Amino acid sequence: MSKRIQGEIVKVSGPLVIASGMRNADMFDVVEVSDKKLIGEIIEMHGDEASIQVYEETAGLGPGEEVVSRGTPLSVELGPGMIGSIYDGIQRPLDRLAAMEGDFITRGAFAPALDRDKTWAFKPVLKEGDVVRGGDVIGIVDETEIMEHRILVPPGLSGTLKAIYEGDFTVTDIVAIVEDEQQETYELTMMQRWPVRIGRPYREKRAPSGPLITGQRTIDTFFPVAKGGTAAVPGPFGSGKTVIQHQLAKWAEADIVVYIGCGERGNEMTDVLMEFPQLKDPKSGQSLMERTILIANTSDMPVAAREASIYTGITIAEYFRDMGYSVSLMADSTSRWAEALREMSGRLEEMPGEEGYPAYLGSRLASFYERAGVISCLGSDKERVGSITAIGAVSPPGGDLSDPVAQSTLRITQVFWSLDSALAYKRHFPAINWLTSYSLYQDKVDAWMDRHISSDFSRLRQDAMTLLQEESELEEIVRLIGQDALSNADRLKLESARSLREDFLHQNSFDDIDTYTSINKQYKMLALVMLFYEEAQKALDKGANFDRLMALPVREDIARFKMVSEDEVDEWYASRRDELIKEMSRLCA
Amino acid sequence: MAREYRTIEEIAGPLMLVRGVDNVKFDELGEIELVNGERRRCKVLEIEGSDALVQLFESSIGLNIEDSTVRFLGRGLELAVSRDMLGRIFDGMGSPIDGGKAVIPEAMRDINGMPINPAARDYPNEFIQTGVSAIDGLNTLVRGQKLPIFSGAGLPHAQLAAQIARQAEVLNSEETFAVVFAAMGITFEEADYFIGDFRRTGAIDRAVMFINLANDPAIERISTPRMAMTAAEYLAFDLDMHVLVLMTDITYYAEALREVSAARKEVPGRRGYPGYLYTDLASIYERAGRIKGKKGSITFVPILTMPDDDKTHPIPDLTGYITEGQIILSRDLFRRGIQPPIDVLPSLSRLKDKGIGKGRTRADHADTMNQLFAAYSRGKDARDLEIILGEDALSPLDREYAKFSEAFEKQYVSQGFNTDRSIEETLNIGWSLLSMLPASELKRVHDEYIEQYYNKGADN
Repeated sequence: MSKRIQGEIVKVSGPLVIASGMRNADMFDVVEVSDKKLIGEIIEMHGDEASIQVYEETAGLGPGEEVVSRGTPLSVELGPGMIGSIYDGIQRPLDRLAAMEGDFITRGAFAPALDRDKTWAFKPVLKEGDVVRGGDVIGIVDETEIMEHRILVPPGLSGTLKAIYEGDFTVTDIVAIVEDEQQETYELTMMQRWPVRIGRPYREKRAPSGPLITGQRTIDTFFPVAKGGTAAVPGPFGSGKTVIQHQLAKWAEADIVVYIGCGERGNEMTDVLMEFPQLKDPKSGQSLMERTILIANTSDMPVAAREASIYTGITIAEYFRDMGYSVSLMADSTSRWAEALREMSGRLEEMPGEEGYPAYLGSRLASFYERAGVISCLGSDKERVGSITAIGAVSPPGGDLSDPVAQSTLRITQVFWSLDSALAYKRHFPAINWLTSYSLYQDKVDAWMDRHISSDFSRLRQDAMTLLQEESELEEIVRLIGQDALSNADRLKLESARSLREDFLHQNSFDDIDTYTSINKQYKMLALVMLFYEEAQKALDKGANFDRLMALPVREDIARFKMVSEDEVDEWYASRRDELIKEMSRLCA
Repeated sequence: MAREYRTIEEIAGPLMLVRGVDNVKFDELGEIELVNGERRRCKVLEIEGSDALVQLFESSIGLNIEDSTVRFLGRGLELAVSRDMLGRIFDGMGSPIDGGKAVIPEAMRDINGMPINPAARDYPNEFIQTGVSAIDGLNTLVRGQKLPIFSGAGLPHAQLAAQIARQAEVLNSEETFAVVFAAMGITFEEADYFIGDFRRTGAIDRAVMFINLANDPAIERISTPRMAMTAAEYLAFDLDMHVLVLMTDITYYAEALREVSAARKEVPGRRGYPGYLYTDLASIYERAGRIKGKKGSITFVPILTMPDDDKTHPIPDLTGYITEGQIILSRDLFRRGIQPPIDVLPSLSRLKDKGIGKGRTRADHADTMNQLFAAYSRGKDARDLEIILGEDALSPLDREYAKFSEAFEKQYVSQGFNTDRSIEETLNIGWSLLSMLPASELKRVHDEYIEQYYNKGADN
């Protein structure tokens, strides 16, 4: 069994505690500090002395108090009961702590991550005598209406099922017994533990292909993220990072959403907690909370636990990925995580890199994002594929992207949504700048869209992007010599680009209909805007009057398209398209 | 157990090293006694073996390594809280300075507080009418929000803050706000302005004031905001009051923090401020909010002066990342006589969307707000263009927008520091301005509201 090492405190400096007598402890073991049993983790060893980062407030600790190692690294509990929960950075269930300890988080408060008393109906899918290996599904639990929790054989174990039981069990009850080749028997429960700093194993990694549809027009159409991809959202405060993250958590087409509030505002987590249960998933019609797990380590909670929170989050995400689900993970904000890293590094008196951040900032960030991806799962069933899409918000100081966290992130992530405060001031949301953002998944997603949505999707998108680029060049000219100097063809470009911006890119996340746009509707909205542009060009060539062209009633309809509900889209589009062509031909006649 | 030491080894800036201590804890409060009997306070910043590094709260003048003694008190810094704090004025360490007696405590509270469990928070969504159109109409404040005022040297942030404290009310509710006011490093005159204004309007009876002036020890400033928040928490969550916390000036607070950090020889972050400035500010700001099942709330309006009006300076920058929006004052508007000079475009209230609309303010509020923003922004762009190219270069429509944006600043934003506008008035002024534009331009407004309010003059 695990060895119990006991030492005593020699130094306390904020969240850093140094204890002596710890020679036999392992690196990254979890320790309990003082009789208050504050949780900490060994992050350095110097001979007999261990440097411990403590996940709770250390006021009141002093030299001489005891430190006891648990002999295991920081781990999370994985099993039924996680969906709909809100955890802190080291997976303490905040809702149950609030019920136990009151409105404020008291030190040393503890409750197990998975409720020990709750029972779940376990339905075996294998039977006695079946040969199993790590990653195999032995049974299922219907955790929520939409979520089938697959109980897996822990990685690394293989053998024969000696027994498997059907019925209602708690997470610590034995549901199956496996005997391996050495005739050793292992009792399986529905709960597993996994150390957060080690990625869970898989069979092989694959390249992402299809898009993660998010219902956000700027993202899906212009800067898509692939399922299993990585994206960064950097931006100054007030540019809408959190709203974008919330929108993705709400509407992204994922089976499971893990949302990590890392050093951010308490009220934002409350917002998610109160709003998500009311919202319906457009696909399943069930409450969004039935697929969501929240990790909340707000800015006023202990800084060391903030460092752990993103690992806790991604380990939970990996567990669901291993069941064969597509998981999307949002981390808001990775900059606050990096600051926690910097604070601990400063207290350890390490040589600082840029801006005081430790030199290993880049590699830590990279190893976090690399845990995302599409994988084929462990287990005998080779068809099972799971994915994690990781989307990280970055809060660079003053919005300046030369910040080390922003730079290290951009080197790794494949999609860059560049938030622009100038757009935010104009209340153009989402304030994703279309000239500076990019997606390296564009080619793959283009192919997917052309095959699944419409064969001219990528052409339309490219034309629209060209139009927006031309607009920015034309605006330069207008700024210098005024609008009168432009030809009618150029003025048409400006007007069409404006329509593209206002009627397509602008999306109101607080409007019941506009908040989510299906990919079918996105295509039709874009097609209509671009059809007007193309037809108007032809009409101008035939000598149509510019002002009358701009006054066509169908333009109003284009502007109102975003308010059309999903079930009316097809009919609405067809009628307006005919109308547009009719109006144009009347104008040219 | 010897808890009194005459073993001071070093004194440098706000820091002091005491040797040979026993059973002293991290963050413990200490008391230094000078030869003349004077007492000053300090707290433990770091404890290593028998060496304690302590931070002084007051000045180090007159401290003597040989003769001064240090006594550790076995607890952190606490504030005596009571209902009787209302109407009183304290210094930055919580001692009364208004000539009255010490408050008889109903409880002692650690000034560092504890983090609110996010699962216990209630979402702020009750509209506060401040009577200031640029706030109520466009950057709405709600109960439990933290909304700072970003100002600059010489701008009238004090008048705006006092106006908010005076006028703030929740619609259809008799409850008034208790005000907790914390002054950190401001001048006597500025503090006197607030005290005078509170006295004049009678607000002082429902106010608790903590005053640390520019010539008080800088280090005291580190505890002043925590004192104020502790008082606010007691009033809000123990006594069920709605509390408005005003703090001025966060910039001086951050400078005091930098002073301690530099004395400890910590690795500095941007502009010499410590790397944990964000976390430290958050530990104050995040104490605002609402809690499920509690009647009271803490609404927080800190004021900070942006050095050189630079919004990207670390103090406004990190503040903006923690607070739920910001109200930005503009020197340009101030010069043109717009009072209050609120620059509405970069200002923002993140919580406005859930505090406005039908049943809270008025159904058309969100639409008018969005439309006013869009139109003002376009009008300002047109005016910029006009400056370069002259009026002729503008299209007729852009000329209308330019005219709109000027009228908007004069009629909507500028209202003086003594006008208290109801939300109805604010919305109607908005509509009379929007009526300057053709109805077809109001793309962000639903048709039924255009029908109801557009060009209806004063009678709607």
